[in-house]
Amino acid sequence: MKECNSRTNAEAQRLRIHSFESFGSVDGPGVRFIAFVQGCAMRCAYCHNPDTWSCHGGELWETADILDRAERYRAYWGEKGGITVSGGEALLQAPAVADLFEQAHARGINTCLDTSGFYPAPSDPTPTDPAPTVVGGLSADISRLLAATDTVLLDIKHIDPARHKALTGQDNAGILALARRLSELGIKTWIRHVLVPGYTDDEPSLRALNAFLRTLHNIERIEVLPYHTMGKYKWQKLGIPYRLEGVEPPTAESVARAEQILREGCSC
Amino acid sequence: MAIRNEWRGFKGVKWLDEVNVRDFIQNNYTQYDGDESFLTGPTEATNILWGKLQELQKAERAKGGVLDMETEVVSSMTAYGPGYIDPATKDLEKIVGLQTDKPLKRAFMPYGGIHMAEQACTTYGYQPSDKLHEIFTKYCKTHNDGVFDAYTDEMKRVRHNHILTGLPDTYGRGRIVGDYRRVALYGIDFLIEQKEIDKYNCGKRQMSEDIIRLREEISMQIKALKEMKKMAEIYGYDISQPAKNAREAVQWLYFGYLAAIKTQNGAAMSVGRVSTFLDIYITRDLQEGTLTEQEAQELIDHLVMKFRMVKFARIPSYNEIFSGDPVWATLEVAGIGQDGRHQVTKNCYRFLNTLINMGPSPEPNLTVLYSPRLPEAFKRYAAWISVKTSSIQYENDEVMRPIWGDDYSICCCVSATQTGKEMQFFGARANMAKTLLYAINGGVDAKTREQCGPKFRPITSEYLTWEELEPRFRDMLEWLADIYVNTLNLIHYMHDKYFYEAAEMALIDTDVRRTFATGIAGFSHVIDSICAVKYAKVKIIRDETGFNVDYVTEGDYPRYGNDDDRADEVAIWVLKTFLAKIKRHHTYRNAEPTTSILTITSNVVYGKYTGNLPDGRRAGAPLSPGANPSYGAEKNGLLASLNSVAKIPYEYALDGISNTQTIAPSTLGRTDEERANTLVNVMDGYFTKGAHHLNVNVFGVDKLLDAMEHPEKPEYANFTIRVSGYAVKFIDLTREQQEDVIARSAHERM
Repeated sequence: MKECNSRTNAEAQRLRIHSFESFGSVDGPGVRFIAFVQGCAMRCAYCHNPDTWSCHGGELWETADILDRAERYRAYWGEKGGITVSGGEALLQAPAVADLFEQAHARGINTCLDTSGFYPAPSDPTPTDPAPTVVGGLSADISRLLAATDTVLLDIKHIDPARHKALTGQDNAGILALARRLSELGIKTWIRHVLVPGYTDDEPSLRALNAFLRTLHNIERIEVLPYHTMGKYKWQKLGIPYRLEGVEPPTAESVARAEQILREGCSC
Repeated sequence: MAIRNEWRGFKGVKWLDEVNVRDFIQNNYTQYDGDESFLTGPTEATNILWGKLQELQKAERAKGGVLDMETEVVSSMTAYGPGYIDPATKDLEKIVGLQTDKPLKRAFMPYGGIHMAEQACTTYGYQPSDKLHEIFTKYCKTHNDGVFDAYTDEMKRVRHNHILTGLPDTYGRGRIVGDYRRVALYGIDFLIEQKEIDKYNCGKRQMSEDIIRLREEISMQIKALKEMKKMAEIYGYDISQPAKNAREAVQWLYFGYLAAIKTQNGAAMSVGRVSTFLDIYITRDLQEGTLTEQEAQELIDHLVMKFRMVKFARIPSYNEIFSGDPVWATLEVAGIGQDGRHQVTKNCYRFLNTLINMGPSPEPNLTVLYSPRLPEAFKRYAAWISVKTSSIQYENDEVMRPIWGDDYSICCCVSATQTGKEMQFFGARANMAKTLLYAINGGVDAKTREQCGPKFRPITSEYLTWEELEPRFRDMLEWLADIYVNTLNLIHYMHDKYFYEAAEMALIDTDVRRTFATGIAGFSHVIDSICAVKYAKVKIIRDETGFNVDYVTEGDYPRYGNDDDRADEVAIWVLKTFLAKIKRHHTYRNAEPTTSILTITSNVVYGKYTGNLPDGRRAGAPLSPGANPSYGAEKNGLLASLNSVAKIPYEYALDGISNTQTIAPSTLGRTDEERANTLVNVMDGYFTKGAHHLNVNVFGVDKLLDAMEHPEKPEYANFTIRVSGYAVKFIDLTREQQEDVIARSAHERM
């Protein structure tokens, strides 16, 4: 994780990219160009892109080049579409993503950040930011990034701290803090929750998550994403033992039920 | 000229005393900008008739694909008495007329070739008539006999080696769209008068071969018009005069089309651009209070039901190329006029609504003439229909209108033709992937090892280089273009002579323009193979005889379908080079040469006869269909793939650039409404970039797999999918083609 965050000055304007997808239609409003960044600090048991975990690999891309590439698809975006940065974890490369989004806005392109909400503590100095300032509990980089973000897709893995840690390897305190901050800033947010039978689908947990969501005022959508096994082959390819062996995708009914619970009392 | 009662309320002048349907439409149609909320469901009559038809379709499938077949009567406009879906419910049929005396019974059509007509019978267990055999072998010559009398040895060789395949030398060439609207607007008598005038004016002084042929053709057209009247009389209608109301207009128009499908078994028997025309009659009746919306929908439903019933007797080798029993009863909706007004009417909605009222269906081949400037409500509705039924295709009116005007029809799967002004000489396609291999192997076929092409020097180096390959490929294309155009010249000469389309041509201007439609198969593989040679190292593998049999490619190279200009420029080069060579040749009747990148389902058969290619495609594997990128080549998602195809200049492939995309519902959005909106965005973008055509399928691979394993499930009886340029019922495809479709349906992101 430390490696992801410590980049040389030469890399400041560049993003470590895993891959691009020209056609995203469920990753933010409208049709979107998606840049998947390389590097993530979470180790979610159900991750379908474990190949994006490592902070090495991928390809370094100039932000302007990414936008040039994205603009090839501008004709498809209509009024709502634009670009989405997904991952991996975009917040680990917050300065470059902030640059990217600021330049996108200068070009009139709508921006969307798809994040797990997990980022390194703002007080950790990095080579590019030896004395980070903290604004509203967030580092200056992340504040700058959010200022250039039109929509956030925030994936809340679990509301319970201990179970979150067991599932993802990380704490959720910072993630929930970010969710509150997004609400204060009034940034349009879509909440996502992956439904894994036996891990994230019990009613008390869903109710607790719903209670938290009710305290937020910026939620446009709440989506339940059914766990699927389509990424499993990647674990095998990478030689990482798959922790959810034998877990079946949830039924359509349980997804609908979970959505109903999570949306209760929310304005979306 | 006093306005006739049938034309009461109609505006405009020019169309009154000359045949000019476009002028009539432009002066009289009513644009509709609203949404679909006015539409009505099926009437009881529609449900009863469609129920019976579905039973018949089920019985047809149970009998191996053919319900009934004629063996004793040669098809003609008047060969049969009246036929109905069921005589017991004939009064429920608002629009009448069958090809034979019974529904789904296939007519006997020997003029394209008696042997094929007979083989079609025996294939399905019917015994062809001895008497007809004697007549058509002893006394009357057919198109197929004419062609084979004149074919050169080389022509037979290229046919046998499948470098040219699907040539219309054994069946009707089709692709001629009569302007069936003329029957409704003018009545037959006026059309006869006009043709008589044309004949009078034709060749008063100079009796050259051209003029003699034309005079004979006009006489045949006039006879056909007279026979159309008799055909209508059999059903109790007098179509000598214009239609008086909407029901008559629909019926008159259908009689025109019925005349065509009773006399021709063309590969494509398109209906044309009839939607906005008919709306004018419906709107007048609605205003006069003589028709309700429900009745208007019923007329369209019943007309469409008839288009769903068109059948021809085919032979197995034909079915291999054109799989799923298609007839390409292509019918267009929407489009934009030269004056900038869109041509969306309520009737465009009604035609699409037939897919809801009677469920999905491959025929008629419903085509939306798309423009980003069409009303938003209509775009969304069409996209929603795609999401629900996967039964319609889209073609870019913005690229076609400058070439063909605003009254063109689609005469086959995707090819445009000016309605009533033009006809086409259909030319199937040449296998360009194979041509590339001929260039490497000095004209020897990798499959048959015959010296099929000219004996040029084969490549003998260890590695394939562009310096060596390019001149050879150009030379081989030169040869291909030469043999291709000459073969087509011969075929169409004979078709005109022995199987002239008098009924369709009677509804087209005498002074007709002709296009000469060649085609390319294996497009993406040629591009990727050239890119491999140019950008990577391609090592040639030879067998013990020294023949080049395989290729090992070292290193990475750009591939078509990733919005990578390096590969896409090769695509444009291939197309332009081929067309330039085609254009150097004389074409029969001075037709304008065009080309297409379009394969129907023939990509599977073509692939069977094509060896290993430098792009890694294995011998025998299906070629990529139409202008689609190769399976597995696309690495950057749908829009990157669409961008690549959109770069191919339509001006160089006026016969069409077909692209088929299957998109999983989950990648389009979470609700049908969201999916439709996404699809509108995709099409707005794609067509803004100048692309020509898009087939849209919306379903997941799981559904295809289930349908392949369980075709008996009722929900798959009408499960329709778009393939290259047309639609088929998935369960009617061969297993091989089903597997090909499944392999390509993978735009599902992890």
